[in-house]
Amino acid sequence: MNVIVCIKRVPDTETRIRVAASGTAIDPAGVKYIVSPYDEFALEAALRLKESGGAAEVTAMTLGDPAAAEQLRSALAMGADRVVRLEGEPGPDGLATARVLAAELASADAGLVLFGVKAVDDDQQQIGPMVATLLDRPCVTAVAEFALEGDRVVCHREVDGGIEIVDVPLPAVVTITKGSYEPRYASLKGIMAAKKKPLEEKPAASVPARLELLRLELPPERPAGRILGEGPDAVPELVRLLREEAKVL
Amino acid sequence: MSKVLAVAEQKDGALRGAALEVVAAAADLAAGLGGEVHALSLGGPGLQGAVGELAQFGAARVLVGEHDALARYLPENYATAVAAAAREGGYAAVLFAATSQGKDLAPRVAALLDVPLATDVTALEVEDGAPLAVRPVFAGKAFARVRSSASPFLASIRPNVFQCQEREAAGVVETFTPTIGEARTRFREFRAVEGTVDVGEATVVVSGGRGMKDPAQWSVLEELRDAVGTGCALGASRAVVDAGWRPHGEQVGQTGKTVSPKLYFALGISGAIQHLAGMRTSGTIVAVNKDPDAPIFKVADYGIVGDLFEVVPRLAQEIRALGRG
Ligand SMILES: Cc1cc2nc3c(=O)[nH]c(=O)nc-3n(C[C@H](O)[C@H](O)[C@H](O)COP(=O)(O)OP(=O)(O)OC[C@H]3O[C@@H](n4cnc5c(N)ncnc54)[C@H](O)[C@@H]3O)c2cc1C
Ligand SMILES: Nc1ncnc2c1ncn2[C@@H]1O[C@H](COP(=O)(O)O)[C@@H](O)[C@H]1O
Repeated sequence: MNVIVCIKRVPDTETRIRVAASGTAIDPAGVKYIVSPYDEFALEAALRLKESGGAAEVTAMTLGDPAAAEQLRSALAMGADRVVRLEGEPGPDGLATARVLAAELASADAGLVLFGVKAVDDDQQQIGPMVATLLDRPCVTAVAEFALEGDRVVCHREVDGGIEIVDVPLPAVVTITKGSYEPRYASLKGIMAAKKKPLEEKPAASVPARLELLRLELPPERPAGRILGEGPDAVPELVRLLREEAKVL
Repeated sequence: MSKVLAVAEQKDGALRGAALEVVAAAADLAAGLGGEVHALSLGGPGLQGAVGELAQFGAARVLVGEHDALARYLPENYATAVAAAAREGGYAAVLFAATSQGKDLAPRVAALLDVPLATDVTALEVEDGAPLAVRPVFAGKAFARVRSSASPFLASIRPNVFQCQEREAAGVVETFTPTIGEARTRFREFRAVEGTVDVGEATVVVSGGRGMKDPAQWSVLEELRDAVGTGCALGASRAVVDAGWRPHGEQVGQTGKTVSPKLYFALGISGAIQHLAGMRTSGTIVAVNKDPDAPIFKVADYGIVGDLFEVVPRLAQEIRALGRG
């Protein structure tokens, strides 16, 4: 069985967001880009599955502009066998991105397709289950850990109030949250090898976007707070303010 | 008429708080669009008695879809039923709560209906007769205003953000025959974690960081949580989750949950950008930190500089005294 992991190039989580002059994008000056952290967990999960004999080949796939090659190289350095870039630019319409990915995945030979639970730029948390629905494959979301059991995949989902354990038949789609799959660091050998491996590039299916980003805005600055004092003696004043000023107690 | 469908989540036959918020948000949206709200509640037999309350929060009609196959949330069954209801009703908009269930369900419904979805929105407006959503991106470091050119307009709303108020005119409760899909997901087991309120939905969050020193010290925070009472949940920084002191379900921040409680306590948390991203939209933020230069004080409404092991027990005590007073 082969595994495909969908990964996205996103700004580093340290990034201070500034809005570009267009008002609909972030200012890319000085921004460092990474593989979205949950996608790294997903890739790690796929690599471990391969190492334990559960998967034959691990492919990382992205829809992105040429700069996204950097993230595909990172995936190769971590241990992916193949990487594919669908040429295009993901926009704010998650369903449009899902359609592009689904068009490619429909004919790909993969028993398991892994996604991050969310990409930490747009935070849409939707593309995995959308792709699964479009492909009419079962999907389990927010999975902290999974294992193959015969022709099914057993998943531990992180849900409100606890852990839910479910299983679905293969081929399936699973979205990964933080859990058991702390990503490995790429070894120097891996990084060198990654430079030599080919990077496949393919035109992406053309899908019109129907969710339009009108404006990107920065949140209002929180008004400067007040230090009420030092140590436990400041507590009565805090409680008074929480009651009378903030009215939250 | 521009009707809005509110998907009202229940758990074990009881309405979730987030369900009332969805109905209330839908009622405001419907008012702007010049239409009415229908609330859809799906579940097992016996649901009808539990969801009548929705009629008081702005739903003109409460559609109750009871079926054995819906007793437990199985995504294919729920997605098929909601998509069918949305199609049949000819709605202008369909709203979900961005709870664990809503986050799983809404994208599936969007794909079945072939319309885009705005997730986790914090504001809904009507512009030129069409819905418009504001949603946090980059974990709340920015907000995107988005509009859909497809119909119906689909959105999930962030818990705790939309106000719900009882309305004067109460709606009617009716039974609804749900279309049932073919579930391929097989439920095995649910393992509840201690603490009944999820940090993402809590109205008050008590979060601890590396300043807690030791996982055994969490009783200090539990005491504060218990003093605050219902609706209060524990949260954590990534540092303590990575250390294995607390479960990931409690992590607040860019790679954890994004929360907007009315009151957020950051205790022994420095205020790294990734943590701030997850909690900066909270109503009131209180920080206790022994370092007066900790970045958390820049976003905190109220701060106390000091040793949390001295400050927090006193805080719990004073809050408990309020309850008695
Ligand atoms: C990709 C990525 C994603 C990340 N995602 C997240 C995320 O989702 N959430 C998150 O929280 N972090 C996240 N981080 C980590 C983040 O950068 C910080 O490392 C983390 O938030 C620090 O946790 P902390 O505040 O508990 O610990 P520290 O930064 O070590 O702060 C501990 C604080 O406790 C104070 N203190 C110590 N003793 C006491 C005492 N007795 N009384 C009072 N105060 C005391 C100290 O003064 C200090 O300010 C992420 C990092 C990366 C790289
Ligand atoms: N442009 C993209 N290319 C490949 N995979 C993507 C892309 N965008 C999102 N994904 C995948 O979909 C997941 C969820 O993204 P989102 O729904 O945007 O939060 C991500 O964690 C990735 O696994």
